[in-house]
Amino acid sequence: MSNIPAELKYTESHEWVRLESDGTVTVGITEFAQDALGDIVFVELPKVGTTFTAGDDAAVVESVKAASDIYSPLSGEITEVNEAVAGAPESINANAYDAWLFKLKPADVSQLDGLLDAAAYGKSTAA
Amino acid sequence: MTLKSTPLNNAHRALGARMVDFGGWDMPVNYGSQIEEHHAVRTDVGMFDVAHMCVVDIKGSDVRGFLRRLLANNVDKLKVSGKALYSCMLNPEGGVIDDLIVYFINEDWFRLVVNAGTAEKDVAWMNAQNEAWGTKLTITQRRDGDNAMALIAVQGPNARAKVWEVIAQAKEATAEMKPFNVALVPGTAFGEAMIARTGYTGEDGFEIGVAATQAEALWNALAAAGVKPAGLGARDTLRLEAGMNLYGQDMDESVNPLDAGLAWTIDLISERDFIGKAALQAKGQNAQFVGLILREKGGVLRAHQKVIAASGEGEITSGTFSPTMQQAIALARVPTGVQVGDTVHVEIRDKKLAATVVKLPFVRNGKILAA
Repeated sequence: MSNIPAELKYTESHEWVRLESDGTVTVGITEFAQDALGDIVFVELPKVGTTFTAGDDAAVVESVKAASDIYSPLSGEITEVNEAVAGAPESINANAYDAWLFKLKPADVSQLDGLLDAAAYGKSTAA
Repeated sequence: MTLKSTPLNNAHRALGARMVDFGGWDMPVNYGSQIEEHHAVRTDVGMFDVAHMCVVDIKGSDVRGFLRRLLANNVDKLKVSGKALYSCMLNPEGGVIDDLIVYFINEDWFRLVVNAGTAEKDVAWMNAQNEAWGTKLTITQRRDGDNAMALIAVQGPNARAKVWEVIAQAKEATAEMKPFNVALVPGTAFGEAMIARTGYTGEDGFEIGVAATQAEALWNALAAAGVKPAGLGARDTLRLEAGMNLYGQDMDESVNPLDAGLAWTIDLISERDFIGKAALQAKGQNAQFVGLILREKGGVLRAHQKVIAASGEGEITSGTFSPTMQQAIALARVPTGVQVGDTVHVEIRDKKLAATVVKLPFVRNGKILAA
């Protein structure tokens, strides 16, 4: 059974999203996703200042097995990327919820309500 | 559609394997970490369930004559009982129906091991030639039914010692055996065992065939002796480092084997005629098959990425991140004129990244040969 922290929001495509006190959101991939991908060896992060619409390709995570697109869970502008994870991609395997990929400033924070909560995400990955 | 399973399916589940649909077969991709399994094979010993592959016995008078016409490599290289040969089986247009290993048991009996996904097609093709040529041979698949055999590959520098520990009778029959040979060893704890010094990882080791009913007992005995179970994920990175072709990816019916790095297995020199020979002589070689090592950060090399060289464009046929070399590597079909040592560029998403052309294999017997 994968670890699914209750305080986060989730997408069907296995990103986790955390609303920060400054109004930005932090995005990473879930424990379930890192486990399915296997040994992660490369991460491509977006550029700070890029604007995405919810569902756009924002980053790429490559494991030994395959390359996976990471989608922007919300519309907004990239404010910060995690260079440390680009330098140590295996840190995603070690702790998927610490190894965030990027932060973005949402265009409309109410889009968060459309994401899955932990219980719903747990159901979607249990199948 | 229900997935097919090997006799080791329960053993994989008991080990907590991650199972995937591999061409219609329910197979383990890893048992936790593909990279650890890869390293185990390079530095110690690992084992693979390869029972999805299909043993085919061809028996009767003049099997050799039949295989002379059926296979692109020359079975007359098999002079001594127990010798094995890697060969392609071609269609009349020179496309690869399958690649296989043929084991010479005796003049009335040759054993083939063919790929999982092509087995039915292969056997149908062999039967069609048997009928067309009136050779009246008995062609028997040994994967399904009462007579089924299962294959387990034990690979790595300590593979032979571990197999002898588990199958004591194997030592006498195989201690002096050279690579690419086979022995049939009767009276083991697992019944008669076929023990072939062949494999698909670039390491020493044995491929062991036993009755399907004995496979789980053999697997468990090997595991108890410290042989690490390894999944299809590690098998792919190991074979890629070893520069070995994968059917359906590096070659298939639409690819000229001369362009897929297999010219060394295609006998165009002897007088012997075989299916596909005339087509290959007419086409000749139009591309070359090389190794690539990515030199810039920006992703991992993967199948179907475009390769841009000074003399034209080519394509990656297999690519991955090499656990041994800690670099992205690939097998690629590139235009003729590309030289070992050249820099080419590979398109990864929106980037063109530099890669070096190297001679295959990348890794052999635990040593990095291309860097």
